[in-house]
Amino acid sequence: MTTYIIRRLLWLVPVLFFVALITFLLMHSAPGGPWDRDPSARQVDATTQKTLNQRFGLDKALFLNLDGGNPFDSQFINYITGAIRGDLGPSYRQRGVDVQDILFKPPKNKPFWESRFGYSARLGLLAMGLAVVFGIPLGIVAALRRNSWVDYSALFVSTMGISVPSFVLGIFLIIILATQLNVLTIIQKDWSSPAAWLVPASILGFGTFAYITRLTRSSMLEVMSQDYVRTARAKGLGPRLIISRHMLRNALIPVATILGPALAALVTGAFIIESMFAFPGMGREYVKSIGNRDYSMIMGTTLFFAFLVVLSNLAVDIVYGFLDPRIKVE
Amino acid sequence: MTATATQANQKIKSAADAKQSADDVFSRAPRSLWHDAWTRLLSNKAAVVGGVMILLFVFVAIFAPLIAPHNPLELNSGKGFLPPAWVDRSATGKAGDPNFLLGTDNLGRDVLSRLIYGARVSLVVGIVPTIIILFVGIVVGLFAGYKGGKVDNGLMRLTDIVYAFPDLLFFIIVMTALRNTAIGQLLNGLFLLFVALAIVNWVGVARLVRGQTLSHKEKEFVLAARATGVPTSRIMYNHILPNSLGPIIVAAAFLIPGAIITEAILGYLGLGLRPATDPTDIFITSWGAMLLDGQSAINNQPWLLLAPAICVAIVVLSFNFVGDGLRDALDPRTRVDG
Repeated sequence: MTTYIIRRLLWLVPVLFFVALITFLLMHSAPGGPWDRDPSARQVDATTQKTLNQRFGLDKALFLNLDGGNPFDSQFINYITGAIRGDLGPSYRQRGVDVQDILFKPPKNKPFWESRFGYSARLGLLAMGLAVVFGIPLGIVAALRRNSWVDYSALFVSTMGISVPSFVLGIFLIIILATQLNVLTIIQKDWSSPAAWLVPASILGFGTFAYITRLTRSSMLEVMSQDYVRTARAKGLGPRLIISRHMLRNALIPVATILGPALAALVTGAFIIESMFAFPGMGREYVKSIGNRDYSMIMGTTLFFAFLVVLSNLAVDIVYGFLDPRIKVE
Repeated sequence: MTATATQANQKIKSAADAKQSADDVFSRAPRSLWHDAWTRLLSNKAAVVGGVMILLFVFVAIFAPLIAPHNPLELNSGKGFLPPAWVDRSATGKAGDPNFLLGTDNLGRDVLSRLIYGARVSLVVGIVPTIIILFVGIVVGLFAGYKGGKVDNGLMRLTDIVYAFPDLLFFIIVMTALRNTAIGQLLNGLFLLFVALAIVNWVGVARLVRGQTLSHKEKEFVLAARATGVPTSRIMYNHILPNSLGPIIVAAAFLIPGAIITEAILGYLGLGLRPATDPTDIFITSWGAMLLDGQSAINNQPWLLLAPAICVAIVVLSFNFVGDGLRDALDPRTRVDG
C-alpha cells in the first residue's frame, strides 16, 4: 500500500509537468505578445513593450537558452522551477502582484480563508455539504420506498440535475428570484452573512446532489437484494438495524468514492457561478483573466486546478482500498 | 474535471457493462438483440419524448431558413427590446408584437429566428466532434485492447494526463490562445471547438472500447475466428466491434449533450462562435452567444437570457432521456430504476 501511494504520488510529477507544458505551448502559440493582444485596448509602444518583456523575462528563449550563458535560463524552465517553489510569477495585468498572491493571499489583517481560494473552497464545501445532506437521505428513502411518489420525484429531480448544467439552472433561479420576485440581489457586496451564500451554493451543488441521490438509490437497491441482508432479516434483526448496520455500510462505498472528485469539480468548476454572482473567488478571477488576456494568471490557475483534480483522484483510490477490503490495490 | 465531465465519465463507465447481457438474449427465439432493444426503447416514455424532441430539433436546425419568420440578422430599428408577444408592458415599456413571437434583442433582431438558427450550431457542435471522437476512439481502443503493448501503455498514460486537465479549462485556454489564428477563424471558430472537444473526449471512448475488447478477446467466438485463420483486422472490426457497439452507442448519446453544453458555456464566456454579419453564413448565431447577449440585459429583458437557456435545457434533457433509455434498452440489468 505504501509503495503504491508513493508510486502514485511520483506519477503526479510528470502529469502536472505535461499539463504545464500543454498550457505553456498553447499560450505561446497565440499570435503577438501579451501586451498587444487586445486590439480594442490602447496599444503599448515598442520601447515600453521591450522594457516589459525584459522585466517579465519574456525576452528569454522558450525552452532552452542556446545563446550562451546558463542553458536552463529559459521561460519554461524558469516557470516550472518557480511553480515548484510555489512562485507562479507576476500577473501581467494586475501591477506588482504575483499570481499566487491573487489566489491565496487574503486581504490585509484577514485570515487565510478570506483569500480568493478560501472563498472558492468554502463555497465548494458548502455546496458539497448541501449535496450530501440532502442527496444521501433522499436516495435512501427513494430506494426503501421504491415506486412510491418519493421515488418518482427523486428520480425526476436527479435526472434534471444531472442533465441540465448548473449555469443554466443558475440563470433560471436568478431570473425568478432576483428579477421577478425581488428576494435576491444578484450582485452581493456583502458575503459575511450565511444567507448570501445559500443561493450560489445550492445552484453549484445541485448537479452533485442529483448525482449522489441517484448513486445512493441504485447502490441501496443493489445491496437490498444481497444474501447477507436476507440473512440479517432471517435471524430477526429489526429493519432499522439492518439498514444502518448492513445496508448503508456497503451502499455508501460508491458514494464515498465520488466525493473527492466531486469536491474538486465543485471548487474548480465554479467559475461561471462565481462570475454570475460576482463572488470573490478564484473562478471569477479566472474569468476576468480570460477577458483581459492575463496569461500568467490563466496558466497559474490552470496548474493549480489540475493539481487539485489529480490529488482528489489519488485520494479516492487510496480511500477505496480502506473502505472496501475486497478491492485490492495492485 | 468539471461536474459535467465527471458525470459523463461515470456514464461511459456504466455503459461499459451494457453489453454483457447479449448472451441471455441470444438464447431465446430468433429475435435479434437490436430488435429487442428497440422494443424496450419504445416502451420507455421519457426516451420516446426525448427522441421526438431531438427529431424536431434536427428538423428545425436543417430547415432554419424556411422556418425562421425573420432574417436573424435584420435590424428592426425602433423595435429593440420588444418583450415576447403575449407580454403587455405598455404602461411602463413596449408591448409585445405578434410579429416577433419571442420578442427582440437590443438591436431589434427577432429572438425566435435567432434561436432557430442557433439550433444549427448546437446540432453541428453535438454531432461533428462525436463522429471524430468515435472514429479515433474505436480505432485506438480496439488496437490497444487487442494488441496491448506500447499502444496500450501509451493510451493509459495519456488518459492520466487528459483526466488531470480540467476539461473546461482546456477548452477555455485553447479558445483564448488560438482564437485569432487562421485555424481559430475557420467556420466562425467552430472548427477549433470541434478539435478541442475531440482531443479531450476521444480518450474516454478509447478506454471504453479497450475494456470491451479486453473482455471479448478471450471469448470463444474470437478464439474460433482466430483458429479458422481470420486476419486480425477482421477479428477486430467484424467480430469484436459489433459486440461492443451497445456501450459505444450509449457513450455517444451522452457525448452530444456534453458538447452542446460546452458550446453554451464557451459562448457565455465570449469564447464561442464568432458573430456573423454575412447573411449567407451557415452559422449565424449560437445559443451560447445569445446567452452572452442576454446576460447584459438580465434585469429588464430577462426573456433574452431565458429563451436560449430554455432551449439548451430542453435539448440537453432530451439527449439525456434518450441516452438513459438506450442504456436501459441495451442492458436491462443496469437500469437506474431497478
